[in-house]
Amino acid sequence: MTSALGERSIEVDGLTRRFGTFTAVDRISFDVAQGEVFGFLGANGAGKTTAIRMLIGLLAPSAGSARVAGYDVATHAEMVKRNIGYMSQRFSLYEDLTVRENITLYGGIYGLSDIAIEKRTTELVDRLDLRDDIDARVKSIPLGWKQKLAFSVAVLHDPRVVFLDEPTGGVDPITRRQFWELIYTTAATGTTVFVTTHYMDEAEYCDRVSIMVDGRIVALGTPAELKEQYEARSIDDVFVRLARAGTAA
Amino acid sequence: MRILRFLLRKEYLQIFRDHFMVAQMLLLPCIQLAILANAATFEVKGARLVVVDEDRTSSSRGLIDRFVASRRFELVPSPISTRGADDAMLRREAGAILRIPTAFERDLVRARAAQVQLVLNAEDGAAAGVMLGYAQRIIADYAGELATTLPGVSASMAVTRVGQPTLDVRTRGWYNPELDYRFYMVPGILVQLVTMVGTFLTALNIVREKELGTLEQLNVTPVTRGQFIAAKLIPLWSLGLLGLAIGLAVARYAFHVPIRGSVLLVFGTASVYLLAALSVGLLVSTMVETQQQAMFVTFFIVLVYLLMSGLFTPVRSMPTWAQWIAQANPTMHYMEIMRGIMLRGAGLREIARHLAVLAVCAAAVFTLSVRQYAKRVA
Repeated sequence: MTSALGERSIEVDGLTRRFGTFTAVDRISFDVAQGEVFGFLGANGAGKTTAIRMLIGLLAPSAGSARVAGYDVATHAEMVKRNIGYMSQRFSLYEDLTVRENITLYGGIYGLSDIAIEKRTTELVDRLDLRDDIDARVKSIPLGWKQKLAFSVAVLHDPRVVFLDEPTGGVDPITRRQFWELIYTTAATGTTVFVTTHYMDEAEYCDRVSIMVDGRIVALGTPAELKEQYEARSIDDVFVRLARAGTAA
Repeated sequence: MRILRFLLRKEYLQIFRDHFMVAQMLLLPCIQLAILANAATFEVKGARLVVVDEDRTSSSRGLIDRFVASRRFELVPSPISTRGADDAMLRREAGAILRIPTAFERDLVRARAAQVQLVLNAEDGAAAGVMLGYAQRIIADYAGELATTLPGVSASMAVTRVGQPTLDVRTRGWYNPELDYRFYMVPGILVQLVTMVGTFLTALNIVREKELGTLEQLNVTPVTRGQFIAAKLIPLWSLGLLGLAIGLAVARYAFHVPIRGSVLLVFGTASVYLLAALSVGLLVSTMVETQQQAMFVTFFIVLVYLLMSGLFTPVRSMPTWAQWIAQANPTMHYMEIMRGIMLRGAGLREIARHLAVLAVCAAAVFTLSVRQYAKRVA
């Protein structure tokens, strides 16, 4: 590994992705420190998902560079994948497998030993209060639980960075709250959390946020800094102002 | 290897947890064999025959009796005139008209040969051909009989189809002496079964993961392309062989279709063929985004494969260009192999050429589909 704790776990420099003549992501640059909770905001179609897909090695960049967990996403995508976790906006555990089977599968994929898988499974169901449902099919448990489970599975292997693409879509405020507690717990162990969200109140929970408009990052800073800079009372106000300016331009 | 083990366990769990899939695997071979083996037949039974007997002698009645006794034809209550017979044909009340002219018996005795006219409804050319075959046989047999009973009649009574030259056919059905079309159809239906299972299940299985988003999830993990493909193909490959085993058992014990060659060879060649079928499914899955699209594309490909395979129409009767295409069709080669092993008891040497082509096809499609499958979009 080329970077250690305390260093930057994501370094993005001029990252660009074009689809034909359309530039979805336009020369974005930012750094994220190890253990930081980084909010990646933007309206639908602003290029968030395209940017994330480049960072997790699913999509090749057209220009610029990005290093995640110390590895270049363009040349060492497979090394990046070993060191990150990912939870997409679409729920992506296997619904026809049980809670235990899902945990075992991903544990195995990330190279955990049988003993480690066993231990992690117990810890995880205890923390999520899923003991009674451990042998239930995932499709039978409530959505909020599924999402907490999906997150826990995404960080099962203690990745350097975990990417969460709209993780709390469609769940109630209480579950969202619990979900963020999980995020904080994970960040406290040194895992970087890179999260996109539509909920602006969630943006306030982040250490730093960036706001993307039309493929570019137009604002970047702590929630407090951004509110001061734009003389807004909430990140929601900041976001609306920037997004509207972007659409008008 | 360890990752593959975890992935394989996941696949098998999912397959056997899917009750619809399991039921389909068990029932599909039975239903397909039951329906297709009986329905997809070229046999013509009880073709309705109108007889215009202008001779009304014991010889002409004898011929009619033979037609009835053959059970291939069913006598329509006879209109007297030729015109009435034509009408019956037009109204589809009759599929064939047998006209025995007035001088039939007299010619038989005096000229040692006589003519009868057989008119067939040839809308369905294949069925007409089959009826002609039956009629010629009945007439030839009858002529043979007459040769021994009527003095001076040789076995040279001929059927004259309108506008056709005289034909005389001697047949001997090797490998399938009873000319039971089920024997011929069953190996083909088993091939079709293996094709369907291999291609459809693979395409649908992978595309379903695309739809659910779990494929993207796997693509973000260290699972390699090779591990993913192996984990998908091995279970479906074994499932295809299971389907074949069930189908073979049904064919053998319910339909009494012989398996003259080696069962081991049947499964060995099926393994090679399945690789081709599975790879086509994999290839389709890389090209489409939804299960619906996968169904449509796979259906189209499988249909072309089957139509060009000799399942229903012999490859030799296709136009030359189609025959060339058929040569590159793995299904055609596998069809030949299966019929060879099951019906003719062919061994490895007899099927070697087909097996070689099959192996090349399988390797080619497999390579193509693996190259096409990418964890990352460029």
